[in-house]
Amino acid sequence: MTFPTAPAPHVVAHDSVGRVMRIVIYALLPTVALHVVFFGVGLLIQIALGAATALICEAVALRLRHKPIEPFLKDGSAIVTAILLALCLPPLAPWWLVVSGTAFAILLAKHLYGGLGANPFNPAMVGYAVLLVSFPVQLLQWLPPAGMEIEHVKLSVGETIQTILTGSLPSRLTWDAVTSPTPLDALRTSLKLGMTMVEARAAPIFGTLGGRGWEWINLATLAGGLALLVLRIIRWHIPVAMLGAIVLCASLMYLVDPGTYAGPIFHLTSGASLLGAFFIATDPISAATSDRGRVIYGAGIGVLTYVIRTWGGYPDGVAFAVLLMNLSVPLIDRYTIPRIYGHAR
Amino acid sequence: MTTEELVTGGLRLEAHKQRSTKAPIRAASLTERYVIPLDQHSGLPAVPLVKPSDRVRIWQPIAQPAPGISAWLHSPVSGEVLAIEPRPAPHRLGAPTLSVVIANDGRDERFENAAAIVSFERLSPNEACEHIARGGIVGLGGAAFPTASKLASSLCENGPKLLLNGAECEPYISCDEVLMRERAEDIVFGARALLHALCSPSCTIAIEDDVPDAHTALRLAIDKVGDARIRIKVVPAIYPAGGERQLIATVFDTEVPHDGLPADIGVVCQNVGTAAAIARWIRDGQPLVSRIVTVTGDGVRDAGNLETRIGTPFSSLIADCGGYTERMSRLIMGGSMMGTSLPHDDLPVVKATNCIVAASSLDLQLRGAEMPCIRCGNCSQVCPAFLLPQQLHWYLQPFDSDQLDRHGLLDCIECGCCDYVCPSQIPLVERFREAKPLLTRELDAHLSADAARTRFLARNERLARLEAEHRAKLAAKRRPKNEPSS
Repeated sequence: MTFPTAPAPHVVAHDSVGRVMRIVIYALLPTVALHVVFFGVGLLIQIALGAATALICEAVALRLRHKPIEPFLKDGSAIVTAILLALCLPPLAPWWLVVSGTAFAILLAKHLYGGLGANPFNPAMVGYAVLLVSFPVQLLQWLPPAGMEIEHVKLSVGETIQTILTGSLPSRLTWDAVTSPTPLDALRTSLKLGMTMVEARAAPIFGTLGGRGWEWINLATLAGGLALLVLRIIRWHIPVAMLGAIVLCASLMYLVDPGTYAGPIFHLTSGASLLGAFFIATDPISAATSDRGRVIYGAGIGVLTYVIRTWGGYPDGVAFAVLLMNLSVPLIDRYTIPRIYGHAR
Repeated sequence: MTTEELVTGGLRLEAHKQRSTKAPIRAASLTERYVIPLDQHSGLPAVPLVKPSDRVRIWQPIAQPAPGISAWLHSPVSGEVLAIEPRPAPHRLGAPTLSVVIANDGRDERFENAAAIVSFERLSPNEACEHIARGGIVGLGGAAFPTASKLASSLCENGPKLLLNGAECEPYISCDEVLMRERAEDIVFGARALLHALCSPSCTIAIEDDVPDAHTALRLAIDKVGDARIRIKVVPAIYPAGGERQLIATVFDTEVPHDGLPADIGVVCQNVGTAAAIARWIRDGQPLVSRIVTVTGDGVRDAGNLETRIGTPFSSLIADCGGYTERMSRLIMGGSMMGTSLPHDDLPVVKATNCIVAASSLDLQLRGAEMPCIRCGNCSQVCPAFLLPQQLHWYLQPFDSDQLDRHGLLDCIECGCCDYVCPSQIPLVERFREAKPLLTRELDAHLSADAARTRFLARNERLARLEAEHRAKLAAKRRPKNEPSS
């Protein structure tokens, strides 16, 4: 009898890029849900716009590169990029912001470098950085979270869609009335105005841990991130190193001058610290690849995040920190090759 | 998934041994023809001692080792030599290789070899190695390296430590497990012979933690002879715990140098099957003409372990096991992780045939479409050689010999763990296997280029020195005229 032959191994585990990406998307759901609770349905519309843009751009790029379209559209990586970028944008940001940012991420940051697996920079962060540099005003138009003592303006679903699509609010409202700075931004501004930390933190936008509302969203992100760790989609090196570095920097500066510098808990539960640590910096494609390399990479992101947040001119530092460390990955990889079996220690 | 990542690399794979270990070892049916490939061991092909139409008896030597690393071959039956011609062989992936074809007369007439049974304790280490060589003994773990050569190169001042490998980590193979369970006293006898041949102080028999029956049998056999030099070490059933280098690291907590051999750190590793074969040769005068073969998989009706004469066709073994099932789809010699897939079953069992997997689609987990590497690093978590397969893969295209060397491509043991866990379904091991000879060739070219450069520079230096000396001599000759000496 004759049989077809194949190379060893003859068994493989049933794993796929699609499965990995799907689990990442599921792990982001708690964050998305709490985001909607505190800021309304804007995020869902942003995600829908971003995901549609991502899939269309992915298909166009694959077509132009003569690659099979179906398996790559199904791998879910474009959707993950779209969701991560949408999470960074204000919920009422005009449609063209998320569309252009996502298109830039997929077409330039991903496919121009060779598509899935070949992009040296995190596509979502490239998209965000481009938007932040090009349209800083729109990116700062955050809403106040629900449940604050100050007037919280609730937009209906229809009004939300209308605002995102037309770029203008319903006639009863003005931008000044509905927007509020993010906690990190508010803190920076207050401190610049000469307030002490205690005075600044007394503002209604702050909660017990960090920014009101934000602290809950961040705890949801933490839960999703821990799920990824348990499911072995990510490993501990990057998140622990990044968060550890943030805590270290924040504690150090807080000890030096608690009146001027926010403490470690505030830094962990504000801005994109946790989203960055578990979902952005852990993107394996643009991260360092050995265990030791990942610790260095994560710690670098943590330090840069703290530095940019504290002394830089941008609302948060995660995006630039990630991009800067993406840039260092080839160097880190070169010097962190693990010892091979049988070679000298 | 049925895997568990471990700090030291490797995978906890689902074992598929129960089907073949339920029944005791049985004898494979005899067939009309036996095909004995002359190159079935590592090293050089053996040189035939017989010619077509010669009569041979069972256990009679039919080929002697070529000078260098090679092995004796013996007839598994009595009968007539039909031909010495190229025949398809499993260790050549079905390609033909020069083989002795013997027609079985069914009488099993014994070859009288007065020298076979010896009082082993009287032999010196060198004589002992020579005697083991005459039994045609080769490593039965799958590599078929001539045992005597391995022993001879391991002899040292204080005697190397002996390690008997009973850690059968490939999920489908169970020939060593049933051997330990049923013929533990052979293994212990062989162990003592090896201890003597090596002047070795101690023997460690390594077995996995999921074979309690084999453990008990070995324990009893050791206690029976009361040899305190022999101990059992239980290792976790993690694939590839039974790889020689991995096992040595687990048992002795030292690593074999990457460019060296176990002998360099004073260890000799032998398969338990090899020890049992040595026992049969020394005690009973039976050279290596048969071995236990596991026949298993969902593609065969009655899985089991068969005492099989070397040269028996695979098809005959399959018939002994009730034939193929309708689901049969791939024929594998060896295990599911490292075994080779064969094009047909008209191939002889060789000394290296530890297992035949008749695999159905239920056994095989077919690869999905290949996707690009996402650098997830799952591969580097399971690599028992501590490599970064994701980086090796990156440096294959375009071929970067410098980086491939730095990342240890040649240290890859091709165990397949990285392939197994890859979410992008990349056939990593196949790529690495193909790339290794290319890299070796490029490194050799670099080396010879370096040597040429060194020679050239040395020559220039030498010429410059000669020139300088010459000038100095000339200057010395002239000097008295120009400068009055003091």
